[in-house]
Amino acid sequence: MSIIEVNKLNLFYGNFQALKEITLRIEKQKITALIGPSGCGKSTFLRTLNRMNDLIDDVRISGSVKISGNDIYGSDVDLLALRKKVGMVFQRPNPFPLSIYDNVVYGLRVHGILDKKIMEQKLQWSLESVHLWDEVKDKLDQNALTLSGEQQQRLCIARLAVVEPEVLLMDEPCSALDPMSTAKIEDLMYELKKQYTIIIVTHNMQQAARVSEYTGYFLLGELVEFGETNQIFTSPKDSRTEDYLTGRFG
Amino acid sequence: MYVNPRLEQRVVQSILWLFTAITVFILFYIIFFILKNGLPVLNYQFLTTNPTDMGKSGGIYSTIIGTIALTIGAILIATPLGVGTAIYLTEYTLESKITRVIRFGSECLAGIPSIIFGLFGFILFVTKLKFGWSILSGSLTLAFMILPTIIRTSEEALKSVPYNLREVSFSLGGTKWQTVTKVVLPSALPGIVTGVILSVGRSISETAAVIFTAGSALRIPTSIFSSSRTMAVHFYILAREGISMPNAYGTAAVLIIAILIINITAYRLMHKFMKKYS
Repeated sequence: MSIIEVNKLNLFYGNFQALKEITLRIEKQKITALIGPSGCGKSTFLRTLNRMNDLIDDVRISGSVKISGNDIYGSDVDLLALRKKVGMVFQRPNPFPLSIYDNVVYGLRVHGILDKKIMEQKLQWSLESVHLWDEVKDKLDQNALTLSGEQQQRLCIARLAVVEPEVLLMDEPCSALDPMSTAKIEDLMYELKKQYTIIIVTHNMQQAARVSEYTGYFLLGELVEFGETNQIFTSPKDSRTEDYLTGRFG
Repeated sequence: MYVNPRLEQRVVQSILWLFTAITVFILFYIIFFILKNGLPVLNYQFLTTNPTDMGKSGGIYSTIIGTIALTIGAILIATPLGVGTAIYLTEYTLESKITRVIRFGSECLAGIPSIIFGLFGFILFVTKLKFGWSILSGSLTLAFMILPTIIRTSEEALKSVPYNLREVSFSLGGTKWQTVTKVVLPSALPGIVTGVILSVGRSISETAAVIFTAGSALRIPTSIFSSSRTMAVHFYILAREGISMPNAYGTAAVLIIAILIINITAYRLMHKFMKKYS
């Protein structure tokens, strides 16, 4: 069952067209990887799904993006509710320079949940879901910046988990991490897909092959090929995909 | 003409060292001179008794109170205005002609001589609005004077908060205001406080703007409509009218020590702030 349907999506930064006629469907509770060389539009595409591009001046969008059947670019869209539903993990771990506790409950506070009991329950639940609880339960009031990079990235996922999104957008979540930490985050993604639909932008083709069920290959703003990861990696239909996957460029 | 580069290097280095030494020497000499003349009259009594006989004898208690009252007034008025403007400029607008005009305006405000502020305050607050020579008139005038400093430092502090923290907050479904109050302001606070503290220093030492608007009454002020004399004004009158040089130096010493403490605090805060984000 698909949760996201994108139809003929075009995006312009001023006169530059960053996305061209993107059409694809994202399956519910699967991991979809978006690969491609730098500047090909994969991050831009990811950011159209929670409308983070709205923050940039001079962006124009045409086409439609439907999440659970609702056009998120419609005129009656509640942007805050959309972003609650479609959460984002960024490239660099970016906890707020606040305590671990304040970081995790931030999303609750923002959405008006101020009850101490509920906060503490959700705090423990979300930190457990990213396997960070045991490491930090005794130092919840410590500044989150004192954690290691990988712990920080887990914390960022926990911070997102408390608002209970349905879709997780991950924008190269491991690019600032070493291989061991990357493996841990990938294991975590496997577990998380039981609850969430995950879309991951990655530079790392092995990572896409390892974690994802579906893969889309972006090149110069176009979605060149989209399909099951196995098929894309073993028998790509488009010669440009093959060139990229075999390392002829990229 | 060819000069041996090694020789040149040494000569230039010595000259630059000399310039620095002169600057530092002048600075320390001023402080030393004031303290040398002022410290002998400084004692507990000097700080806690009111001036008598126009300041010829007695202490400076009422002028300390006057200074504190005026400064608190100015800070209470200027901080919300300045920080609010800075938040609007950095968070709620994109760079445009209008923001540049606002910024240019506030910079011009910073360059206006304080005596002009005094005259303006005298005409507007003292006479036109009939606040008289009072703490209120003085505070309002001082507030306008320190406003550019507060806007400028607050803007810098807000800008130094990494943009991606705002993005995270938006991506979690936070509104702009929630993002500003819960993420941006707490992170920028030390920087903003530094600007406010520097403004406190400026308010304390201001003379021209205050003498026109708060007057020079030696009584302890009883309300915001009381006229009051600040330490800086007291020093000016004592010295200028030759009432008592020892007491003038004593007042100056208190002023300088206060400013030193304030600046050291501001410097420390700034340092802590920089360390956090670099």
